[in-house]
Amino acid sequence: MLPELGSFSLILALCLCGMLGTLPVVGAHTGNQLWMNLARPLAAGIFVFLGIGFAILVYAFLTDDFSVSFVAQHSNSLLPMRYKFTAAWGGHEGSFLLWTFMLAGWMFTVGVFSKSMPIDFVARVLGVLGLITFSYILFMLATSNPFDRIVPLPPADGADLNSALQDIGFILHPPTLYMGYVGFSVVFAFAIAALISGRMDAAWARWSRPWANVAWAILTIGIALGSWWAYYELGWGGWWAWDPVENPPLITWLFGTALVHSLAVTEKRGVFKSWTILLAILAFSGSLLGTFITRSGLLTSVHAFASDPDRGFFILGILGIAIGGSLLLYAIRAPLMKADAGFELVSREMFLLANNVILVVAAASVFLGTLFPMVYQAITDDLISIGPPYFNAIFAPLMMLLVVFLGIGPMSRWKRTSPAYLVAQLSRVALASLVLGVVLPLLVLLEFSLAASITLLLALWVIFSIARDMADKTANKKTRVAGLRSLSWSYYGMQLAHLGIAIMLVGVSLTSYFSSERSVLLDIGGTVELGGYRFDLVDSRRIEGPNYFGEQVEMTVSRDGEVFRVLYPERRLYVASGTPSTEMAIDAGFFRDLFVTLGEQRESGAWTMTLYVKPFVRWIWLGALFMAFGACIAAGDKRYRRLRVRETKKAGSPSSEAMPAAS
Amino acid sequence: MKPHRQKRLGIILFIAAGLGVAVGLTLFALRQNINMFYTPTQVAAGEVASGVQFRIGGMVKAGTIQEDQGSLRVSFVTTDYSSDVPVQYEGILPDLFREGQGVVAEGQIDSAGVFHASKVLAKHDENYMSPEVKAALDAAGASPENHSMQPET
Repeated sequence: MLPELGSFSLILALCLCGMLGTLPVVGAHTGNQLWMNLARPLAAGIFVFLGIGFAILVYAFLTDDFSVSFVAQHSNSLLPMRYKFTAAWGGHEGSFLLWTFMLAGWMFTVGVFSKSMPIDFVARVLGVLGLITFSYILFMLATSNPFDRIVPLPPADGADLNSALQDIGFILHPPTLYMGYVGFSVVFAFAIAALISGRMDAAWARWSRPWANVAWAILTIGIALGSWWAYYELGWGGWWAWDPVENPPLITWLFGTALVHSLAVTEKRGVFKSWTILLAILAFSGSLLGTFITRSGLLTSVHAFASDPDRGFFILGILGIAIGGSLLLYAIRAPLMKADAGFELVSREMFLLANNVILVVAAASVFLGTLFPMVYQAITDDLISIGPPYFNAIFAPLMMLLVVFLGIGPMSRWKRTSPAYLVAQLSRVALASLVLGVVLPLLVLLEFSLAASITLLLALWVIFSIARDMADKTANKKTRVAGLRSLSWSYYGMQLAHLGIAIMLVGVSLTSYFSSERSVLLDIGGTVELGGYRFDLVDSRRIEGPNYFGEQVEMTVSRDGEVFRVLYPERRLYVASGTPSTEMAIDAGFFRDLFVTLGEQRESGAWTMTLYVKPFVRWIWLGALFMAFGACIAAGDKRYRRLRVRETKKAGSPSSEAMPAAS
Repeated sequence: MKPHRQKRLGIILFIAAGLGVAVGLTLFALRQNINMFYTPTQVAAGEVASGVQFRIGGMVKAGTIQEDQGSLRVSFVTTDYSSDVPVQYEGILPDLFREGQGVVAEGQIDSAGVFHASKVLAKHDENYMSPEVKAALDAAGASPENHSMQPET
């Protein structure tokens, strides 16, 4: 009975979406207050009904209702309770429901936090979001209803959740990623509402910015969690594989990053308007592309859901209508946009333009590498794959160039900056980072690597230029503390996020160039040395878990003759699905990770295993945390909060705050 | 030309130059890093020169997996049920590498016709077969039921 109620609440939500997508938008066009005022209650209603639907699905999992086909495919009576809960998004149907529910959540939040915006604008924003939600729910009901039953004979037990997904990383990664992904739908809706209403001014940019920042922050965390999960669960010791399904979030992230910066220019200076709107459309398209690639089964990947072609065509249809429609609207409306001010060749606008060009080129090259095999196959019928070397060769230099500009941009002035001023400010920063970038790796690791030195140099360049900039900006105040207090939240947010880039760079360079790994065949009592650590294989034993059994070995790790850690890597066999799985053992540290994956046991009794020493690998995710935190702080800047109380009529003029706010 | 037009032209040229360089570099990198995919039949027929990096995909032939007891060296035969190609690999095979299952290996072939894999991918999922392996089997006219796979990462 309950699953039918689930379907029913989806249908109700669909109807509400249909109303939300039409009435308030028409109302905004004709000036009908009543219809415009429907937008918020309708959004709340959709949120509630999708919430009921999702709760019912979770309940079906918790109570082992294997008559529901999706539950039967992704759960098992032996599955631990917490994984029964998370199995609700362990497959295509459930995760799509979660995705749609999250969009409704954003929609509801927009309804709540939009009191300061004119009602016709809110009606249009929510109307666009309603249309997007409408297409998602329609897709769900038509091709992948999570509440479909198996009739007349439901299975006695379920097929179990994919063993790689029975893990904390999986509990967190998809919801966060979805949350960030669909967050860009909100920014997209703002852009479309601006195009429809012709309101493309600084106030519009100011309304969009907090949403863009928060969506970007959550997407950053989502991608970082995915990277972390892949690192310790898939067991190949890497943190990024350029997997075709990892790439669309990255593409979205790159467009999102460009958008966040371009919005800053639009808000502060009233230029780059049409470009900003185009970026909002592109970021949203990136998120749709991600959906399409994961759910259509076009690409071979660890993430790919088992799929049928109907879904692919349906999503392609949504993709075509959404992107085509918004680009058409853009083409009609963009010529109406006029820049409010000019700027010179050396100015902050120009540096942010460089930032945008680099980010968009990076996104385009990742896009090309991801889709090229598909296109190639369609044309020539030959199968090809494009490996990480392609992406590394393109992406790394672009990011290095970006980081060079990152050091200069925040220091430059709007409209016009004298090059001599920049040189004076940055020459010592450049010198210091150059010297330390070469010397530090030599001192700490006693090895020299040109590539590592260059990336470290760039990280230091960012850190020193942040310090220099903060010193400058606080120099004219009576005390340093007073100076630091006078800086705005958005300034701190920006610098924190930029610091995050530096931290991530350190992690990336040191892990990439100084990691060591070794695959060995080891008897009980055997010893391996790696990276100054000694690993002893002490023992092996059989283990039994709730829904698996397997083998575990005991390894002691010692340094300078002292045992400081015992690691227990495992191999498991999941009973219900019959799939084997490797559980890594990791000794995580701030400066290095020790990492053991267990292979098979040979007839002789010896174990195959791979050992890794990965210096500074945690810094990669730490950097992502800084970026996300910075973006959230910037979104909490008081000028956005003040706007909620202030009358919106005054919001039309560009911001009067002197503090730079590019984050 | 009016100054603002001139500036706009400057910006457009700047972007165009950036894009041009990027496209050039991208195509260059792409050319260097494309791994073609071949079936065992194509490889056995000598369609690939030795020393070229490529991918091969097929089924792991039953009874051909041989593990060296003293080292991590493993050899097996990959087949599309019409031709066989011997594969050598040194390292730990993926969890789901099994006899009679699909496998995709990346590496080079030597002059003796032995494929030296630098990477072996295999992942099993009841509902899913890698497009590569499916294509290989279809090409050879054999598509056994219940044998499906999915490469790892």
